This record gives sequence, C-alpha cells and structure tokens, in this order.
Amino acid sequence: MGGYGDVQLLRDDGTRLDGRKLDEMRPMKIEAGVLPAADGSAMVTHGLNVAVAAVYGPMEAHPRKIQRQDRAVIDVRYNMAPFSTSDRIRPGFNRRSREISKVTAEALESVVLVERYPRSKIRVEIEILAAEAGTRCAGITAAAVALADAGIPMRDLIVGVASGKIEDTVVLDLDKAEDNYGQADLPVGILPNTGEIAFLQMDGDLSPDEYNLAMEYNFKAAKEIHEIMVEALQRRYEGGEA
Amino acid sequence: MSKGQTGAEQRLVTPGMAIGPSAGKRAGSGIITEQDTMIATQLGWLQEKNNTMSVHPIHSAYMPRSGDLIVANVAEVRNNLWFMDINGAFQGLLPMSLAPWKVEFGAARQHMDVGNVVLARVQEVDECHNVVLTMKGVGLRRLNQGAVESIPVQHVDRVRGEGNSLLQRLRDASDCRIMVGENGRVWIDGDSNGITWARKALKMVAEKGHTTEFEAILAEMEQEKKGDA
Repeated sequence: MGGYGDVQLLRDDGTRLDGRKLDEMRPMKIEAGVLPAADGSAMVTHGLNVAVAAVYGPMEAHPRKIQRQDRAVIDVRYNMAPFSTSDRIRPGFNRRSREISKVTAEALESVVLVERYPRSKIRVEIEILAAEAGTRCAGITAAAVALADAGIPMRDLIVGVASGKIEDTVVLDLDKAEDNYGQADLPVGILPNTGEIAFLQMDGDLSPDEYNLAMEYNFKAAKEIHEIMVEALQRRYEGGEA
Repeated sequence: MSKGQTGAEQRLVTPGMAIGPSAGKRAGSGIITEQDTMIATQLGWLQEKNNTMSVHPIHSAYMPRSGDLIVANVAEVRNNLWFMDINGAFQGLLPMSLAPWKVEFGAARQHMDVGNVVLARVQEVDECHNVVLTMKGVGLRRLNQGAVESIPVQHVDRVRGEGNSLLQRLRDASDCRIMVGENGRVWIDGDSNGITWARKALKMVAEKGHTTEFEAILAEMEQEKKGDA
C-alpha cells in the first residue's frame, strides 16, 4: 500500500482505471501439465501476472531433520524472476519470497492429506514470470492445480484470491496501480467447496463492513476461479484416460 | 458443490468434488466422507465396484505393499544393509540377512554397490512407511544385464493386461525377457533391437492403451518387428 496520494483510481462513472466493475476480476487462464519433467505442473495467467508451479514428489525428505514421522512436509519455494517486473529484481531468496513461501506452504498443508505420506516431502516450486499485483494468489492457485495434476490427495482445490480498498471503496482483485496507491489489500486462500479459509493476510485497514464486503467479493471470485481450475484439469485429460 | 464431468463411460473427478451421498456405499481409495457426502481427493476416474466408490488416479506415486515384486536401484550402502530407491516416496531397506548371499559385516559393497539394479520383493511395510525388502525367493536377484524402463505406476496393470496377456504378447514380439515391477519399473533383457522395440511398445501402451486404435497400432508394430526380423 503506497498511500493515498492524489492518484485517481476510480473513474467518475464508478468503474476502475482498466474499465472493470468494482467486483470484477481480471481475466484468468489456467493450463495444467505445462512442464513435462515435473510430476505435476500448471501455469496461471491472471491479468498480466504469469505464475508457473511445478510439483515434485512425494519423495524422501532431506535433510532428515525436516522429516515428520506422522506426515509429509510441504516445501514451497516462491520466486519472482528477475525480469518479472519493470525494475529488475535481484535473483534469489529475499525476505518477501521467504514469507510468501511460508504462508503458501501452510495454506497447502491444510488441504493436502499430508498424513498419507509420513516422513516424506512434497516439493512445490512457484515461479512468477510476470508480476502485476496478486502474485501470491496466482501462485497458490497454480500450486493447487499442479498438486492435483501430480495426483497428490487433497480435501479441496485451494483458490488464491484478493480484494482491497481504493478511494474508500472495496474492490475485487487489485491491479498494480490499485495495489501501489490503494488503502488495503486482503489476499485469502479459500476452499470453495467447504467455504473454509486456509490463509488470510491483510495489509492496510478495513472496517468490519468493508471486510465483510471484501470477503463476499473474494468468495464469489473463488467460485469462478475454481471452475476455471476444474476446467483446466478436465481439458488436459478430455481425450480420455491418460 | 460442483459436479464431475460425465464421459462416455467414466467420470473425471477433481479433488474436493462431491461424488454423492455416502449412505449405503463405502469409500474406497481416493475418496473421503465428510458430513454424509463422499468427496474425491484425487484427480482421476470415478469407479464403483462391489458397492465401493473409488478414484482411479491419473497420476499417483508408488505406495509399497507387502508382497509387491519391484525393480529397485541401490541408493546407499552401509556396513550391513542397502538403501534401495524403489521409485516411491520412501527408500526401501534391504538388510544383509535378507540378501541372497552370505554377507559379512562390512562387506555389503562387495555384493552390490550404488547404481546396481535388483529384482526384489517387499517383505514388510510398517505404519511409519518403513519398507523392508527381501531378495530371498525364487527369481529374486541382482539384474546384471538388460535395460530398465519406467512407466507410470497407474499403468502397470494396463501393461500386464488381462491375465498377463498383453505382457506375454510384448515378450513374444520383442523376443525379450520382460519383468514388470509394481513400482512402475520394467526390466527388459534381450538383443538391442528387441529392447528398443519393447521400450517403444511400453511407451505406446502407457499413452494409447485405453484408446480404440490401440489394438491396430500394436498389431502394426508387431508386423513391423516381424518384417525386420
């Protein structure tokens, strides 16, 4: 949240700078099985965001100290490519990518049936090839499709989606300008079939009413994204059993 | 909750998809029951057999079970045991007491080293997924020649066919010895042309085994092989 400034983010007719309505999502496209070497993979294009997720495993967890006797551990590595934004990003892990990797791993652990694979590790690599606000949500969505593609048992397909506040107005799915100059951002991980929330972060301030409206937008968008995810998986195998 | 896509014969389900009410039915593999509703946990094809609903996964990892015949690689050697890569989430353990030779303590490497391939059987799998292998048994041995090909674990039954019929057909056509491990590794031994043909055929079976044109493609491959011979 870059602060209010004098940047106008809403037009006079109430629509947003890119012409979207307040509760309208950026266009989303998902493709499953994009990386032949991975056990499961997916690419999510959400607005100008491009996220690729690859899943490897379950495999023997190394180093042994990370093994859990009763369940698998999910090892997530979220990384933004140096060319993903207009300012070159220094390659490698940083504090932000470490945080996003951690919250993504915790969100995925709540849906994956980790108790099926004790002592093992499921490696999830999320690479952001192009970034335009909302990359952690795109990464989570891509990881969920990739996990399903890899045949990892899960309770649900987790969906990453965000709402926020610009010019004292709650909107769905912030773009770059809205993220930079808006007042709040509320990314969540939703299990669309049960309505559970697997992760929630909030940057900025929202009143209880604004929060409720933002969550209403998020749940509505989660249903739409979930359908796109299911279609992507079905499209990959629509020719019959592989 | 979303409904699964209904195909001509089978229904493709995705994780979290509601299958239907659980009353009167049992949940098999790939299905959990939550609040009287059956929910798929894996991407795959829904199957109903003997009143049990299950998901035949499109991709799955090898989960070892006692008695499985597998093709394993030696991954690590210790003084008195070998750790074997069994193509699964966990390494298998082959103690020297279950090797087919008399092994002295500290001499394990003289019998098998890292990278060697063996035909072994799963002796025991405990609740922590510790896998113990054995090489004591008829036909269990170190594989000193031939080639190892990997196929998806869920396609092992497809490669074998009804009563091993397809496997026998591949053996006859390629004139090779072929052993299919439950862990998705196939050992092929014969002349180089036979091995090449068998590898090609295995790949084709895994990719096209479910399609209607499979029989025609296989017959054509068999004819080509006969012509070459």
